[in-house]
Amino acid sequence: MCLAIPARIIELDGDKAIVDAMGNRFKAKTTLLPEAKLGDLVLVHAGFAISLVDEQEAKKTWQLIEEINDFMDTQNRISG
Amino acid sequence: MLDRINKAQGLISDACGALGRQINIMEVCGTHTVSIFRNGIRSILPKNLKLLSGPGCPVCVTDQGYIDAVLELADRDDCIIATYGDMIRVPGKDSSLETKQAKADVKVVLSSEDALQLAKDNPGKTVVFVAVGFETTAPATAVVVKEAAAGAIDNFCILSGHKLVVPAMRALLSEKNHSIDAFLCPGHVSAIIGYGAFAGIVEDFDRPCVVAGFEPIQIIEGLCEICRQLSGGKAELRSVYSAVVTEKGNAAAQQTIDECFEPVDGYWRGLGKIEKSTLKLKDKYGRFDTFERFGINEEPGKEIKGCRCGEVLCGLIEPTECGLFGRSCTPQEPVGPCMVSSEGACAAWFKYGR
Amino acid sequence: MSNRKKNDRILLAHGGGGQLTDELIRRHILPNLKNDALAELGDSARLNVASNSLCFTTDSYVVKPLFFNGGDIGKLAVCGTVNDLAVAGSRPVALALSLIIEDGFEIEVLDKILANIGENANQIGVDIVTGDTKTVETGAADGIFINTAGIGVRLTGADPGFEKVAVGDKIIINGTIGDHGMTIISQREEMKFQSQLKSDCASLAGLISELLENTSGIKFMRDPTRGGLAATLNEISRSTGLSVEISETDIPIRPAVQAAADMLGFDVLTIANEGKFVAIVSPESADDCLNICRNNKLGKEANIIGEVIETIDVPLVEIETRIGGKRIVQMPYGRELPRIC
Repeated sequence: MCLAIPARIIELDGDKAIVDAMGNRFKAKTTLLPEAKLGDLVLVHAGFAISLVDEQEAKKTWQLIEEINDFMDTQNRISG
Repeated sequence: MLDRINKAQGLISDACGALGRQINIMEVCGTHTVSIFRNGIRSILPKNLKLLSGPGCPVCVTDQGYIDAVLELADRDDCIIATYGDMIRVPGKDSSLETKQAKADVKVVLSSEDALQLAKDNPGKTVVFVAVGFETTAPATAVVVKEAAAGAIDNFCILSGHKLVVPAMRALLSEKNHSIDAFLCPGHVSAIIGYGAFAGIVEDFDRPCVVAGFEPIQIIEGLCEICRQLSGGKAELRSVYSAVVTEKGNAAAQQTIDECFEPVDGYWRGLGKIEKSTLKLKDKYGRFDTFERFGINEEPGKEIKGCRCGEVLCGLIEPTECGLFGRSCTPQEPVGPCMVSSEGACAAWFKYGR
Repeated sequence: MSNRKKNDRILLAHGGGGQLTDELIRRHILPNLKNDALAELGDSARLNVASNSLCFTTDSYVVKPLFFNGGDIGKLAVCGTVNDLAVAGSRPVALALSLIIEDGFEIEVLDKILANIGENANQIGVDIVTGDTKTVETGAADGIFINTAGIGVRLTGADPGFEKVAVGDKIIINGTIGDHGMTIISQREEMKFQSQLKSDCASLAGLISELLENTSGIKFMRDPTRGGLAATLNEISRSTGLSVEISETDIPIRPAVQAAADMLGFDVLTIANEGKFVAIVSPESADDCLNICRNNKLGKEANIIGEVIETIDVPLVEIETRIGGKRIVQMPYGRELPRIC
């Protein structure tokens, strides 16, 4: 009962956020995570951020996190 | 990462070899069930380690009475049913939301916020939100109930099917002759309720409880920790999902649940009534409760004589030992949760022989 | 009384076989699909195709939204049917085009679709030689439904068939999976999200004919459209009575596609593709086939993903997962739904 994946908050206005998972941008609410800030990696479930994700710990177990970082690096290189 | 998995696999093998007996570890989260299946985890575990798929997902455990209540509302012209995709195929007495979709207004939503938006966009109809899920999903429902109250969005109501994990675990452990040696606890439920919530299970039943995430490596390392505890003969509460889970959990989410809901007795398909295992809206928000608004009662689905899902779930019997298996209970016409879910023990057995 | 300008939107009369139908054909359809056979506007097209081995197929296209990143319903209608002819080992020679259009559909949008149909057909070298147009009430066709039927001529020496498949044959796919389906999902109203996903919609006729001309080990081909790779491999397994074993790490998937599927709870193996084919080839020819694919624009990420194996009890499709586990790939139900569980 728990499908959720880590995504990065790239826009935040009050409790309305846009999160990014490998270039896919989804709406999410941070109502349940008032401490969330722009740039944070969060766990998103059913349209809500439910937990902050510790990036160092996450890298140890989530293949996707490594790929996210590679992806962001590539994006940054491309956009110069 | 493969190295870590192989190492954990080796440790599990050693521990299970040393223990020498059948070990049964139950997971109680549908997402664990799916991940274990999708990653083929059972195939790399020792023969004497059995993973039991517990009553862990709304597809499986939603009582037939609940579905029938939803289907009754779907037939009304003045209702829009908003549901997560998971619920579309769950069978009621005669049909499912899937079969109703041709004539009724049934919308699949990704978030409770989408359901509320449907209500805002369709003032002439009442949106009934099929609110299922464990503690991971309940806060999302609570948030929109509060928003509906604050915004006076009165054409919105929820049918709460939110269930609580710990009461279900306790109920299973209270079954006579259960053979559960340990629990792999749900990682994202724990993100909300905190891993501390399972402390009572460890104390009262002396069973290891290890919280794990859903990536295959997280599951395997969770199983490894359980095997370590079983070898050492001491049941402990641990979390191997520190990226996301803390002991206390998400306080804001817990508060939101408490503000809107209270635990009441509930019916679980295949398990019957479990005390204080379902969330009901508090009186303060009673007008958003679908049962109250439409004056309907959730009639618990009649226990189908012969359904032995409870025993299959606890690992007490194999699917083939149930008299309904393959006869009146098949994947096309499932009776209990073990057949409803395509990864349930009975559905898997039916299709592939094991 | 409608105050629409008469030539702005489709009217029911456009499907009536009279003046408006005539106008639609001459002003909008013919200019986009120029060829002699069609220009005759006969009840049937007269073709000169000297062959005693033809392939014949049909497909209907009901995609929503009509336009998406990487294509539109028109491109899909041409490429989809052309691909069905190509995987059967034939060169596409002629297509029939049927349009079912809603009352009120914007003619400007129809023009765009027709232009895409014409452009793609032209690039592939296939003519649309006959067709039909019908109109229906608003709401009855999600804007527009298209059906295309196609005839192809068997390529010399090419006779792929599932009876040729044998144990030990290798399974090749020409690139990443899930791109088309996830792109469509990302642009559907209920699930809309911004992304860089792009449909892989493309004609495989060129690549496949190159393979058939230069290798002799191709046993069978199929394009994994609805139901994705999972459905196609299960169909092959069922038809041949043999089993299939694939490796998760060998299946090319774009991380962005995987992430989008994970977010919504979809299994990428069950998601539709429109520019991919699965080829079952003899073990000796596998490397050559792979090289030919990789040297082609549409096969740069081609890979051998598995092989055909003996059946033990029942024909199965098994996957070796990235952690070295094994599990069965089920035939998908036929309707993939987003999950939260």
